[in-house]
Amino acid sequence: MYPAAFEYHAPTSVKDALKLLGKLKDSKLLAGGHSLIPMMKLRLAQPKHIIDLGKVKGLTGIKEEKGAVVVGAMTTHWEVESSKVLKAKIPVVAETASVIGDPAVRNKGTIGGSLAHADPAADMPATAIALGFEFVCEGAKGKRTVKVDDWFKGLMETALKDKEVLTTIRIPAWPAGSGACYMKFPHPASRFAIVGVCAAVTVDKKSGNCTKVGVGVTGAGTRAVRAKGVEAALLGKKLDAATIEAAAQKAAEGVDVQADLQGSVEYKAHLCRVFARRALEAALKRAQG
Amino acid sequence: MKLPVKMTINGQTYSHEVEPRLLLVHYIRETVGLTGTHVGCDTSQCGACTILMDGKAVKACTFFAVQCNGAKITTIEGLAKNGELHPIQQGFWEKHGLQCGFCTPGMILAACQMLERYPKPTEEQIRHQLEGNLCRCTGYHNIVKAIQWAAEQMAGKK
Amino acid sequence: MATVERVLGKSIKRREDPRFITGRGTYVDDVRLPGTTVAAFVRSPHAHARIKKIDTAAALKHPGVVAIFTGKDMAGVNSLPCGWLLPGLKVPPHMPLAADAARCVGDPVAIVIAETQSAAQDAADKVKVTWEVLRAVSATDQATAKGAPQIHEVAPSNEAFTWQIGDAAAVDAAFRGAARVVKKKIVNQRLVANPMEPRACLARYDQATGDLTLWVTSQNPHVHRLLMAAFVLGIPEHKVRVIAPDVGGGFGSKIFLYNEETICSWATKQIKRPVRWTSTRREAFQTDAHGRDHVTEAEMGFDAHGKIVGLRVKTIANMGAYLSTFAPAVPTYLYATLLNGVYTIPAIHAHVTGVFTNTTPVDAYRGAGRPEAAYLLERMVDAGAAALKLDPADIRKKNFIPKFDNGFQTQVALNYDSGNYAAAFDKLLAMVDYRKFRHEQEAARKQGRLLGIGFSTYIEACSIAPSKVVGSLGAQAGLYESGKVRVHPTGGVTVYTGSHSHGQGHETTFSQLVADELGVPMESVEIVHGDTGAIPFGMGTYGSRSGAVGGTAILMSLQKIKEKGKKIAAHLLEASPSDIEYTNGQFQVKGFPGKSVPFGQVALTAYVPHNYPEGLEPGLEETSFYDPSNFCFPFGAHACVVEIDRDTGQVKVLRYLAVDDVGNVMNPMIVDGMVHGGIAQGVGQALCEGAVYDDGQLVTGSMMDYALPKADMLPMYETDRTVTPTPVNPLGVKGAGETGTIAATPAVMNAVVDALAPLGVDHIETMPLTASRVWSVMKSAKR
Repeated sequence: MYPAAFEYHAPTSVKDALKLLGKLKDSKLLAGGHSLIPMMKLRLAQPKHIIDLGKVKGLTGIKEEKGAVVVGAMTTHWEVESSKVLKAKIPVVAETASVIGDPAVRNKGTIGGSLAHADPAADMPATAIALGFEFVCEGAKGKRTVKVDDWFKGLMETALKDKEVLTTIRIPAWPAGSGACYMKFPHPASRFAIVGVCAAVTVDKKSGNCTKVGVGVTGAGTRAVRAKGVEAALLGKKLDAATIEAAAQKAAEGVDVQADLQGSVEYKAHLCRVFARRALEAALKRAQG
Repeated sequence: MKLPVKMTINGQTYSHEVEPRLLLVHYIRETVGLTGTHVGCDTSQCGACTILMDGKAVKACTFFAVQCNGAKITTIEGLAKNGELHPIQQGFWEKHGLQCGFCTPGMILAACQMLERYPKPTEEQIRHQLEGNLCRCTGYHNIVKAIQWAAEQMAGKK
Repeated sequence: MATVERVLGKSIKRREDPRFITGRGTYVDDVRLPGTTVAAFVRSPHAHARIKKIDTAAALKHPGVVAIFTGKDMAGVNSLPCGWLLPGLKVPPHMPLAADAARCVGDPVAIVIAETQSAAQDAADKVKVTWEVLRAVSATDQATAKGAPQIHEVAPSNEAFTWQIGDAAAVDAAFRGAARVVKKKIVNQRLVANPMEPRACLARYDQATGDLTLWVTSQNPHVHRLLMAAFVLGIPEHKVRVIAPDVGGGFGSKIFLYNEETICSWATKQIKRPVRWTSTRREAFQTDAHGRDHVTEAEMGFDAHGKIVGLRVKTIANMGAYLSTFAPAVPTYLYATLLNGVYTIPAIHAHVTGVFTNTTPVDAYRGAGRPEAAYLLERMVDAGAAALKLDPADIRKKNFIPKFDNGFQTQVALNYDSGNYAAAFDKLLAMVDYRKFRHEQEAARKQGRLLGIGFSTYIEACSIAPSKVVGSLGAQAGLYESGKVRVHPTGGVTVYTGSHSHGQGHETTFSQLVADELGVPMESVEIVHGDTGAIPFGMGTYGSRSGAVGGTAILMSLQKIKEKGKKIAAHLLEASPSDIEYTNGQFQVKGFPGKSVPFGQVALTAYVPHNYPEGLEPGLEETSFYDPSNFCFPFGAHACVVEIDRDTGQVKVLRYLAVDDVGNVMNPMIVDGMVHGGIAQGVGQALCEGAVYDDGQLVTGSMMDYALPKADMLPMYETDRTVTPTPVNPLGVKGAGETGTIAATPAVMNAVVDALAPLGVDHIETMPLTASRVWSVMKSAKR
C-alpha cells in the first residue's frame, strides 16, 4: 500500500505553516496521521502537498489557565490520557483519551488532529460537546476562537477553514460538585464508537438539583451532537434514577442515526439512550463523590 | 523529489534520500533491510509493524519516513542486548506465546511499552493494552501468560 | 553412559522460537534477490462485468514500468485446476488473468511489473479498463433463483453440483415413527481466514538452467509445484522448485494454487527477471479463499425419550465465482460424512447443492466442512432438548455412541477409529461444576440477568487421508506423506518432511520424535520442510495431518534406519542382526550390555564402510511414504458460559472450557496452544466474524470492518484432555489442529441461546451474534 506521490513540507512555526497553507494548492495538514495516512495508503486521499505540523513549535503541552485547561492541538492522546493536570482538573478528558484507538495509536494520534478530522465515530467529540471545548484557530488574519457548538458542521466537516490551523483547545473547568463520564460501545474491529456518550453534571450540594449539564453523543450519526433534549430534561431538576432514565430517553433526538452492519437505526438510537443513562448515572455518582 | 532522512535504528545511524511517500515500515524493511518488522494490514489495525520510537510503541505503517527525521527507533532486532534476550522475548518463548511468529515482533514491542507503563498489569489491563495487536494463532491465552511471566521477571530484577 | 532423557510427550520449548522472537524469521516477503521487480495487479472493482477493452498505453509510459500483461498475453497458459472432482461437477475455466469477464470483485485482469512497488501501483492506477457491468448475485440462497444472472456458461442456474449421501427412505421412515421432528434453518456464515501474514510470492526464472524457483506462502509446496507445473504452465515438474519458508499462518487459505503466484511464475520467464508480489490486506480479503458459507435446512427426529431417530439435511454451499483447488470436497466429503457426530443416529440423509456466485471463491478454512457439521448437529441436539424439555447434558448422554476401541461404522460412510465420548463429556461437566452452575443461573435469572451455558460434543476426521478412499471419492491426488531421514557420518540427523509448519512447531515435535526413537539429543536433529528441492515429495499440512501422517512417515524411516543400523552393528559386534537391540542410543547384543556400539559409530561405519557387512549398501538414509489406512477421529467436549447485557445485546464470554481427545500427545504445550487458537477462531465465528456482501461488493473488506477476535473479548481457557489412542497409526496420535475451531462455535451459540431461553428463544438462524443481532432477537422474542 503506497500512497500517491506528494511533496512534503515541515514548517517549524505556525506562521510558516500558514504561509505554506496559503501558497500551496491541494495541500493537507498532517498531525498525528492516524486518520490521514490510512486514507492516503488506500489512495482515497491523494493530496499534492503534505504540511507536517510535527515540527511546529508551541503546539503541544497541557497547562492550567484561568479556570480552564489549555491543550496544544498536537498533544497526543497518550499525553492527554496520562496528564496529571487533566486527571486532577478534568479527568473525563483523560478518560476519553484512554479509550481512543489503541495504545500505539494514542502514542501518535493527536487531540487536535482528531477534533479537526471530525470522524463521526471518534470519541473526543462527545466529550468536547459535553464540556464545552473551545477551539483556537489561526489564519492569515490572526486568531479566532470557536465554541464547540459551532465546531462540528457535518460528516468530517468542522468550522476550521481551509487556510487555518487549529492550534489550541481550551477545556473549561467545571465548578465544584461536578462529575462527568464518557462511555462508549466500541466497534468490535475498528474500536471506533458505535455509540459514545459523554455526560457532565453539576449538582448543587444543598438542593441536590442539577445546575449545569452537558451531554454529547458521538458515533451514531454523521457528526457528534449535543443531546439538547437530555440536557433540558435535567437542568434544574433533582437528579434521581427516574429523572435520569426519562432524560436519557431523549438522547437520540437530533442525531441523524445511520444504519450499518453494526446496527439498525432503531438499535443505535436505543444505544444512545442506554449509554446516555449509564454515563449520566456515573457522572452523578462522581459529582456526589 | 527525494528528501534526506537520518535516524538511529537499534543504535546505528542511517542516512538515506527517500520519497516523501515512503512509509516508515517500508523504510525499515526495504531501505535499511531489517525485515523483523512486519506488515499485516493496511488500516493500522493489526500491530505487526509496532516499533519503539523515542521510547513509545507506534505503528510504523502509519508514518512517513520523512516525518521521523532524527528519531531513535528500536525494532525487534534491537531488543536483545549483548545476545541476552529481553525478559519479554524470553517470556514469549517460555510460555509459548507465539505460533507462526508473524505478529510476534509487534506483540513483544507493544508489551515493552505496556510493562513500562504498567509494571504489574492485571489480566484485564494486559488484554486492554493489546487492543492494537492482532494474533490469529494463539487465542491470546499464552501471550497474556508470557507478559505476566515477563512482568514478574522484570519486577524481580529491580 | 548417561541416559538420554525421553522427550516425546513433554512440553519442550519450541526450537523455532529464537528466530521469531528476535525478528530473524524468513517469510516470503523477507527474501531478497538482486534485480527483483515488483508486481501490482489491476483488479475488477465490479462483482460481474464483461471486459470490453484494457488500455495499458498510459501505464506503460509510467517511469519504472518494466512490463504489463493481460489475459490475452497469457495464451497457452491453462486454467487453474480443481483438484476434487465430484460426479457431474461443472468445472468452469478459471484463467489466471480474466480475459473475457470478471466474476467477482478483485478478479485480476492485468499484472503491472515495475522497478519499485510504488511505480507498479502508480502504473496500475493508470491502466484503463472499459467494463460492461453485468448484474451480480452474491447471496448463497439466491444463486439458483429464477432470473439470477448466469455466471458461467457451463453451469446453468449457477449450479456447480448436487450431491447426496445416506439413506433418504430410512430417514422418511424414521421420521414417521418419531415423537418429535425439530426443523431449523441454519446459516453458517462466510468467513475470511486472515492469517496474519498476507500471501506473497517471489518467482525467479534462471535462463542459464531453465529452472524456475518460486518462493510462496504455501502450506503444501509440492502441491503448488505439481498443480502449477503439470496443469497450468506446462513446465516439467523437475524444472520447478517451490520453497515455502517461514509462513505466517495459513488456516487453509494457503493450501490453494492462486492466480498471483501462477502469473508471477509465468511473467518472470517473459521479463527474465525475478518478480515479487505481496498481498495487501485489502487484496487478501478479496482474493484469499473464503470459508464456510452454507445455508441449511435441518430436521432431526427424536423418540419420546429424546433418542435421536433420524437426521435430514439440505444444504446450499456457496462456491464463489470459481472452483478453488479443493472447494467441492469441503461441503460434501468433509462435511456430510461427519453428520453422524458422536451420536447413535440410525438414519441420515444429506443433500448438498454447490452454487456459483459473484463472490470470492470458497474453500477449506480451519476445520473445513467439519465445523459446519458439528455446528449443525450441536445446534439441532440443543433444539431437540429444548423441544422435549430435556437438559442439554442429558440428551447428549442419552445419544452418545458407547465406548469402542476399534471401529464404529457410521451411517455416512466413515468408520470411526476409537472413541469414548461420554468420558470426555463427564470430565467437562466436572470441570464446569454443572449442577452448581445451573443453581447460579437460576439465581441470576431471578435478578433478571441473562446467563447461559452451551455444550459442544464434537468429532472430526483428521489424519487426512487414505489415498484409495479419497481417490474413490473424487480426489485427484493421493494424501499420503513422505519422511526422509538422513543420518550424517558424524551422527547428526536431518529429517526431510513433506509436512509444512506455518505455526504448528514441527521443528520441535518432529525433533522430539527423532530424539526418542534414536536416543540422540534433540540438538543433533534438524527438521527440513517447505522446499521441494530438498524433500522427496509431500502433501503438506492441513486437516490436522502432520503428526498422524507426516510423523508416521518419519517414524517408518527411523525404523528402517535402526534396522540397517542393526545389520552394521551386528557385523561390528560379530553377532547376528536378530540378536541386536537398540536402546538409549546404543546397538547392543541382547543380554550383553557391555557388547555394544554407539549410534554415532554405526553412522560413521555406514559412510566409511571398510569393516562392513557383505552386500549391504553404504550410507544411512531412508525414505518412507505413509498412506494411512483410515482417517483418525479426534473428539471432545467443550463448554462456554456467557452473560448477555440486556441493554445492548453484548455477549460476554465468562468461561471457556475444553476437554479434547486427540489420542496420544507429542507436545502438550503445542497441542494446548493450537486448541487455544482454534477456540478463538471458533468464538470469532460465533460472535464477530463474517464476510458480508452487498450486491457483490464485499463490505467487510478490511480489518476495520471484519472483526477478528481481540485479546479483550476472550477469557483464559480452561483445557484438559482424555487420551484414547488411535489404532490407525503407530504413534497413536489423531490430530489436534482444528478441534478448537470445530467445537467452539456451537458451544458459544448454544450458550447464548441458553441465556435467552427465559425469553422463549430456542434458536438463532444467523451468526455472528453481534450485539445488535442479539438485541434484535431479544426484542422480537416471545416473552
